[in-house]
Amino acid sequence: MAYALQQLINGISLGMIYGLIAVGYTMVYGIIGMINFAHGDIFMVGAFVALISVVMLVSGGIMDGPAAILIVLLVSMCVTALYGWTVERIAYRPLRGSFRLAPLISAIGMSIVLQNYVQVAQGARVKPIDAVLPGGITVIDSEAFIVQFSYMQMLIIAVTLGVLAIFTWLVTRTPLGRAMRACEQDRRMASLLGIDTDRTISLTFVIGASLAAVAGTLYLLRYGVIDFYIGFLAGVKAFTAAVLGGIGSLPGAVLGGLLIGLIETFWSAYFSVQYKDVAAFSILVLVLIFMPTGLLGRAEVEKV
Amino acid sequence: MATPILETDTLTMRFGGLVAVDAVTFTAQRDDITAIIGPNGAGKTTLFNCITGFYRPTGGALRLFRDGAPVELHHLAGHRIARAGVARTFQNIRLFPGMTALENLLVAQHNTLMASTGFGIGALLGAPRYRRAQKAAIAKAVHWLEVTDLLARADDPAGALPYGQQRRLEIARAMCTDPLLLCLDEPAAGLNPRESEELSALLRMIRDGGCSILLIEHDMGVVMGISDRIVVLDHGRKIADGTPGEVRADPRVIAAYLGEGDEGEDAA
Amino acid sequence: MTLRALKDAAITALVALGLFVPLVGLRTDVGPSGELVLRQRWGDVVILVALAFVGRLALLGWRGWRGDPKPASAARTEALRKAGLFVAPVLLGLAVLLPFIPGTGRYELDLGILVLTYVMLGWGLNIVVGLAGLLDLGYVAFYAVGAYSYALLATTFGLSFWICLPLAGLLAAFWGVLLGFPVLRLRGDYLAIVTLAFGEIIRVVLLNWVSLTNGPNGISGIPRPTFFGLTFSMSGEPDTFAGFFGIEPSPVHRVIFLYYLILGLALLTNWVSIRLRRQPLGRAWEALREDEIACRALGINVTTTKLTAFALGAMFAGIAGSFFATRQGFISPESFTFIESAIILAIVVLGGMGSQIGIAIAALVMIGGFEVFRDLDEWRMLVFGGAMVLIMVARPRGLVGHRTPSVVLRERRAIGAEHVAEGHG
Repeated sequence: MAYALQQLINGISLGMIYGLIAVGYTMVYGIIGMINFAHGDIFMVGAFVALISVVMLVSGGIMDGPAAILIVLLVSMCVTALYGWTVERIAYRPLRGSFRLAPLISAIGMSIVLQNYVQVAQGARVKPIDAVLPGGITVIDSEAFIVQFSYMQMLIIAVTLGVLAIFTWLVTRTPLGRAMRACEQDRRMASLLGIDTDRTISLTFVIGASLAAVAGTLYLLRYGVIDFYIGFLAGVKAFTAAVLGGIGSLPGAVLGGLLIGLIETFWSAYFSVQYKDVAAFSILVLVLIFMPTGLLGRAEVEKV
Repeated sequence: MATPILETDTLTMRFGGLVAVDAVTFTAQRDDITAIIGPNGAGKTTLFNCITGFYRPTGGALRLFRDGAPVELHHLAGHRIARAGVARTFQNIRLFPGMTALENLLVAQHNTLMASTGFGIGALLGAPRYRRAQKAAIAKAVHWLEVTDLLARADDPAGALPYGQQRRLEIARAMCTDPLLLCLDEPAAGLNPRESEELSALLRMIRDGGCSILLIEHDMGVVMGISDRIVVLDHGRKIADGTPGEVRADPRVIAAYLGEGDEGEDAA
Repeated sequence: MTLRALKDAAITALVALGLFVPLVGLRTDVGPSGELVLRQRWGDVVILVALAFVGRLALLGWRGWRGDPKPASAARTEALRKAGLFVAPVLLGLAVLLPFIPGTGRYELDLGILVLTYVMLGWGLNIVVGLAGLLDLGYVAFYAVGAYSYALLATTFGLSFWICLPLAGLLAAFWGVLLGFPVLRLRGDYLAIVTLAFGEIIRVVLLNWVSLTNGPNGISGIPRPTFFGLTFSMSGEPDTFAGFFGIEPSPVHRVIFLYYLILGLALLTNWVSIRLRRQPLGRAWEALREDEIACRALGINVTTTKLTAFALGAMFAGIAGSFFATRQGFISPESFTFIESAIILAIVVLGGMGSQIGIAIAALVMIGGFEVFRDLDEWRMLVFGGAMVLIMVARPRGLVGHRTPSVVLRERRAIGAEHVAEGHG
C-alpha cells in the first residue's frame, strides 16, 4: 500500500511534466492541424537554458531559495519562447496552407536541427547538476517502506498547477484566448473578422514553448541530468499523451500526461522497467482502437 | 403490376435525443424515378445515408429486391450495400479530383476488375484474362462518358472539370458500378436551367435502361418533370406519398412547404 | 524599401542575439572537480548574429529581385514530366554501369549500395504514403523485422539467403497486416502516432528480449549471401565465385554482387509499384487517398485495400531489411531508430509523393549528400536537418509534384499538383 502511494506521487509528478509538454502539442494541433515534431526538442532547449542559468547562478553563489528557481524558470521561458517563435517563423509559416505532409517533414527537419545544434553548441556529454531542492516530507514511515513526498515533487505539482491556471485563464478569459479559439474553429472566418491569424499562431507557439520550458526546467531540477537527446522520447510520450487525451483538447492533454506518467511509473514499479515505454504505447493503441478520438476528443463528424 | 425495388419498413434514425427519421415506410418501384422531397431539415439526407449504408439505422428494416429476392440492407457493411446494387452520388460532389475522368470510372468498376486479376498476381504478370477485363471496363467507361457527354474530357483530372460536368461524371461513375438502384443527392443543385434540362433527360434515359432511381431534389421543376412517384418528408415523418399530381394537391404538403399549419397565418 | 529591409534585418539580428547568447555564448563544460563550469564564447555569437543580419538582407534582396513567385503552369508541369521520361533511363543506365565506370572503387560501390537501399525503402514506403495516402511514421519497424528474420533464420536454422529473403518479406508483410488491422480505421495523425508507437515498441522489444535477439549487443556472424551457392571467399577454391569462373579472387566481387543484388531488388519494387498503379488495386489505393467516403460508396472494401498497401509496403521493407542484415553481417536495434523512419518518409515527401523518379533522386541527394559531407562530423546532421527544412519550404510538393494518369484514352498528360489530394489516413 505504502509502495503504491509512493508510486502514485512519483507518477503524478512525472505526469505533470508530460502534461505541460502535451499542452503545447495539442494547442498547435488545434490551431493549425499539424504535429509540431520539434516540440520535444523545444522542451530540451528549455532544459538546457535552465541548466545554463542554474550554472550561472551557482557560480555567482546565489542559486538558493525560491527566488533563484523563479529566475531560472523565467529565463528559460523567455529564451525558449523565442526559440518556439523562430521555429514557427522559419519552418512552418512559409508552409501555411500547403500540403499536410510538408510541415510535418519540415518539423522533423527542425527537430533534427535543434538536437544537433544543441549538441554542437553544448557538447554531447551528459550534463549533471547538484540537487537544487533536496529533502522532503516523510508521509508514511513504516517498518517496510518509507513514503517520501520530496520538496521537488511538491514544487513540480505546485508550479504545474499554477502555470496551468494562468494558462487556462489566458485561453478562456482574454481576447488572445478568444482569437486562438476562433482560429481553431475556422481560420479564414477569423481573419475575415479582423483577427490577425499569423500573430495568433505565433503567440500559440510562444505559449506552447514557454510551457515546454517550464517542463524542461522542472525536469532538469528533478532529475539533475540532461543531454541533447532527452527531447525525442519526452516529445513522443507527450504527443502520445495529447493523442490519448484527445488531440485538440487542452484538459485532455493534461489528463493524458497524467495517465502516461502513472502508467509508466506503475509499470516500472510492478512489472519491468525495460518495457515501460511499451506499456505506455500499448495503452495508447488500445485506447485509440476503442475510442478513436481519444478520451476527451470531440468525435469528428463524417459529413456525407 | 409493378414490382418493388426498395422497401423501407418503419425506418428510424435517432441521434441522441433527436429523431431525424421517424418510422418512415415507403416503397420504390422497379423502373421508376422516385423522388424524396421535403423542407430543409426534413430528414431527407439522413434517410438517404441510411439507405446507402453511411448510417446504420436505429430501427426498422431496409430491403432491396434483387432478382425478386429481398436483401436486408440494414445488416450490411457500407461497401457491401454498394455491391448489393445501390449506387449513390453526393450533395457536395465527391470525385477523385486528382484522377482523370476515365480513371474515376475505372475505380468504380474495382470489384469486377479485381475479380479478374487473380489476387493481383495475374494482372501483375499481364495475364490475358485481366487484359480482356480491363478492355471491357474501359469500353463501359467510354460508353458512360459518351452518354454524359464527357468523352472529350476523358483524360482531364476530375478536379479540373467545371461544376456541371463534375455532376455528370459523378453520375457516370455511379452507373459504372452496374447498380439496380441509383440514389442521387440533389443532382440539380447549382446547375443552370439548360443543364437541369439535360440532367432530366439523362435520368430518364438511365431509368429506361433498367436502373431505378431514387433522388432527393429541391428543384421542383426537375422533380415534377421526371418523377414517377414522390415521397414527402417533414420533421422526419412521411406526410405524403403519391404521383406528382397527387402530391401537388395534397394540403399537408402545401402546409409543410408554406410553413407550419398552426403558425403559418401570414404565409397562408 | 532599403530602410525597411535594414530594419527587418536588424530585428532578425536581435532575435538571433536572444537565441544564441545563452546556448552558444555560454558553453557548459564539466570542470576539473566534476562540477559544470561555463565557458564564454562571445566571438561565435557575434559571428552568428552578423550572419543572421546579412542572411536576412540577402533573402529580402533576392525576394525583391525575383518578384512574386509564379504558380506552376500546366506547361511547366508537362515539361517536368517529359524531363522525367528522359532522366529516368539515364539514371538507370548509370546505376547499371556504375561498377564498370573507371574510378569506381570500393567506397563508391558501398555508397551506391547505401543509396539504393534507401531508394528501395522509399519506393516501398511510397506505396503506403504516396499511393494509399496513409501516414506511416514507423516504417523502420518492418525493416527491422526483415533484418532480424533473416539474421535469426540464417543463424539458427542455417537457411540460405535466397530462401530467407522471401520469408523475411512475408514475415514483415504478416506483421504489417497484424499491426495494420486494428489501427487502419484511425485517421490522419492518430494513425501517424500509432505507427510511430509500433516502431518504438518493436525496437524496445528487440532491445530487451535478450534470449532471442541478444539485446543491445545485436546479432553477429550473419551469413553472407552466395552467388547461387558459390561463396565469395578469398581462397580461390573451385566452390568459390572466383574459383568457379577462374578469375583472380578479389574482395570487390562481393561488393559488386551486393550492389547488383540491391539494384535488382529496388527495381523489383519499382516494377511492382508501377504495374500495380495501373491496376485496380493501385487505382483503389489512389482513390482511397483522394476520397475514402466515395470509395466506400463504390463498394470498395476500404479496410482490405488499406491492408494490402500496408502489407506490400512492409514486405519490401522486410526484403530490404534482410539485404541490410546480409550486407552488414551484424545487426543491432541501434540501426532501427525513429530517425530512419523519418529519413525514409522525408525521401518520399521530398521526392514528390507517388513519383518513382522523384524518390530516387531524393534518396540520391539526401543519402549521397549526407555521405559527401562526412567531413563535417557533428555538423553533418545539423546540415541534414536544415536541408530538409529548406527543401520543404522551397518545394512543398516535393521535387516532382504532379501525377501521371494510370490509364489514358488518347494522350497522356501530367496532372498538376493542385488537384492531387494526399490523403487523410
